[in-house]
Formats: sequence, structure tokens, C-alpha cells
Amino acid sequence: MKNENSRRSFLKNIALASFATLALSGCDMKALEEFLQQNFRTLSKKEKNKIIKNLAIDYKKKYGKEFNVSDKPALEGTLFGYALDLARCVGCRRCVYACVKENNQSREPQVHWIDVLQMEKEKGIDFAHSTSQYNPEKVPSEGHFYLPVACQQCSNPQCTTVCPVKATWQEPDGIVVVDYNWCIGCRYCMAACPYGARHFNWGEPTIPVEEINTEMHYLGNRPRMKGVVEKCTFCIQRVREGKYPSCVEICPVGARKFGNLLDPESEIRYILENKRVLVLKQELNTQPKFYYFFGI
Amino acid sequence: MEIRKFKNIHRLTILLILCVILALSCNNKATDEIKFHGVSQKQAKNKKTEKVTEFAVDAPPFSYGIYPCTDCHANFAPKPEKRELVEWHDDISAIFNHDSENRWCLDCHDLKSRDSLRLASGKLLDFKESYKLCGQCHGEKLRDWKVGVHGKRTGFWNGKKEYLLCVHCHDPHAPKFKEITPEPPPVRQEDIK
Repeated sequence: MKNENSRRSFLKNIALASFATLALSGCDMKALEEFLQQNFRTLSKKEKNKIIKNLAIDYKKKYGKEFNVSDKPALEGTLFGYALDLARCVGCRRCVYACVKENNQSREPQVHWIDVLQMEKEKGIDFAHSTSQYNPEKVPSEGHFYLPVACQQCSNPQCTTVCPVKATWQEPDGIVVVDYNWCIGCRYCMAACPYGARHFNWGEPTIPVEEINTEMHYLGNRPRMKGVVEKCTFCIQRVREGKYPSCVEICPVGARKFGNLLDPESEIRYILENKRVLVLKQELNTQPKFYYFFGI
Repeated sequence: MEIRKFKNIHRLTILLILCVILALSCNNKATDEIKFHGVSQKQAKNKKTEKVTEFAVDAPPFSYGIYPCTDCHANFAPKPEKRELVEWHDDISAIFNHDSENRWCLDCHDLKSRDSLRLASGKLLDFKESYKLCGQCHGEKLRDWKVGVHGKRTGFWNGKKEYLLCVHCHDPHAPKFKEITPEPPPVRQEDIK
């Protein structure tokens, strides 16, 4: 028979408690506070303010620059949508690197949020026969077209439903975000995403200090830690300020279009109403808000 | 017997009233809530984005020393016949690829008023409005460009935007978009250490 109040269990508990105290005393108050920080969605305005203020101080210490960390909520009456003209994309990958710079992705190990796939015109949209490794002298190459894939910002996202700790969710403006502090790195979301749009920080992310973007959003481009998942947020730090995402700004052929799906006057609504539009893997019922169209 | 009949009628009227209320409420819902991606349209209409203002960026600069055209052309007698240019503008002749079989300089440039462009109708056009000239043939592109679908807009999705003119991206004498060098491909999964 097991005795719950045995001397043995008492000693065990004492050992455990002393070990825990020792471990906690090893870190300072700030680290402890961060460790005990709640899910972003349950934080009060006051708590959020304190956290983003502390983050700006931490980043300044680490990178020696002034940072502006925002926690701006979704604008009322907005639902973001994106459209990409397959007839015009030339596969130059300018968007990939503009995104890396804007969103402070790790350079080593390399993380890219946009994957540009080269496809054969004869085969149409066929992922099995596509490659992101193409590297000719000049693009577009004969007989090929290009299909850049990033997060499709699904209206019915599967990545958020599988998260065991609810560290990822869809914001009211339709952007699927990750609370990097709450993410446990289980990568279930990566398995659930049919577009390969989520990326894991396998190593400690490195960003050159001179290239770091100091305009940050808590749910977007603030530097990530090792062991968390990240993804495209439509440049949340830009679009909630009214700006276009940086991939839209850089595209040399103007193939990328962005706007508010709820505004009948927007470019995106014009495209949906007047062009031939498709979404990737429609049969999965993920209902992407990222549309591909033929602008010819 | 009478009482029972009366009761039945009473029940019937209540049922009828309930039905009418139900039908009305259903009807209301149908007209009020046109849902788009799960968000009510009505709410969106009330909250219209602020007035969108669009600005053209400056037209791209002319090649050095080429404008105003009258600097040279004022001294030449106009020659309206279609021909291969050899002495001057031979650089343009060399690259010209814009329905070259059927068109040449004076289809877009005016013979008499050298510093202007010219529509098919004969109407003169400033170089800043060249998009109208392009739109004569590429009407569908012009339409898409006006609403921001063809071409590129930068700035604010809900406010001030800048747009590029046709000639920013397309050389009017050889409009096909030039091939460009791609950025390096991503590191292969198997090469990540």
C-alpha cells in the first residue's frame, strides 16, 4: 500500500520545491514576468502597453537602435484581401527578399515567407511539377509561369484549429497571427497548413543590425525566438497603418494587389467582380483571402 | 360544441399571427444581411474608407537632350512619308517593335507641332497625357489601369496612392516588358545545417 504522507514523498517534494526555487532565483524579475505572461488575447490594454514598452527597451539593448513596437488592433470595417496576377508575375523573387527585410526574417538559418514556384505552362497549376529552385540568367523563362505562395489568410484556417495552446488565431481584419511568446513550437499548424506557409525557427534567428526594420508589430515582424512558428501577416505593421504590404510596393510588374474586401470601391473588389479569379486547393474549403487572377 | 369551435379559431389566429411574425423576421434578415466572408455588408457600407486620393507620379524623364523636339525640328522641312530613319533617331529605329509593320513615328508624334503627341483623331496631346494615346488601342488596359488593376500603385490602400504611367514600365517604342535577373533561389531544405 502506498502511503501519501510517507517520509519518502515528503523528501521528494522538498527536493522538488528547493530545485524550483533555485531555478527561479536564477533568472531576474523580467524573465520571470515574461515566463508567466498570458496569451496576448487575454491581456488588458495596460498589460499590453507594459509588454510592448519593455520589448522596445529590450530590442534597443540588443540592437542599439530606437524601436517602435505597436499592438494596434484591427481597424473597424476592414477585411483584408490580396490578389496576384498570374499573367504578369515574372518570377523575379523581389517580393521574397523585400518581405525578409520588412518582416525581420532570420537570414541564417534562412526563413522565407514567400515561396515562388515555377510551373510549366503546359501542365498548368501543378504543384507536383513545380520548383522553387529555378535560377536562370533572366526571367521569365520560355514556357513557364510563376506562382508565388505565402500564407493564404484563410477564412476557415486549419492551422488555428489544431494549435493545442491557441497561440495562433484569426484577427477581426482576417489576418492570421501568431503570439510568439505563447507558441510552444509543436508545429501542428505547419502540418495542418496545406500551403506550406508556416515556417519554424529551427535555430536562433539572426538579423543583421543594419538591416533590421525598427517599425514593428507585436503580432507581426518583431524578432522571433528559436523554436517558434512564424508566417506572413500581410505586413500587419504596415497595413494597419493604411500602407500597402511591402511585396506590393516592390513588385516590378505590379502583379500584386491588396485592399479591403468590405470596400466596394477597392481594387480587390474590382478584381473579384471583373476578372477570372481562383484560389489554391479550393477543394479543401479553407476559403483563402488570397486570390490569383488572370489580368490579361 | 360552440365553445370548442371558438377555441379552435382562437388557436388558429394565434398560429397565423406567429407565422406572419416569423415570415417578417425571416424577410428582414434576408434583406439586411448580405454576408461577405462572414462580415455583414451593411456594416461595411456605413464605415466607408476615407476619401481616396490618387496622384500621378512625374512622367519619366526624356532621353538626354531629346526634348523639346522643336530645338532641331524647327530647322527641318517636315517629311511625312514613312521611311527607315538612318541619320537621326536611328537608335529608336533599331529597337522599334510596336506593330512596326503598320506604324511609324507620325502615328503618335505630330508632324507640325513637334512637341506634342497626336491622337488618331488629330487632337494634340501633351507628353504628360501619353496614357490617352496608349488607350486608343489598348482600351481594356486603360480601363484596368484607371481602377488600379493594371500597373502599379504604391502608398496607402485606404488613402493617398501614387500610380505609374504606362511609359514608366513600357518603352513606347518597344513596349514588351524586358526580361530581368531573378534574385537567388532559397536554400534547399537538405542544405540547411
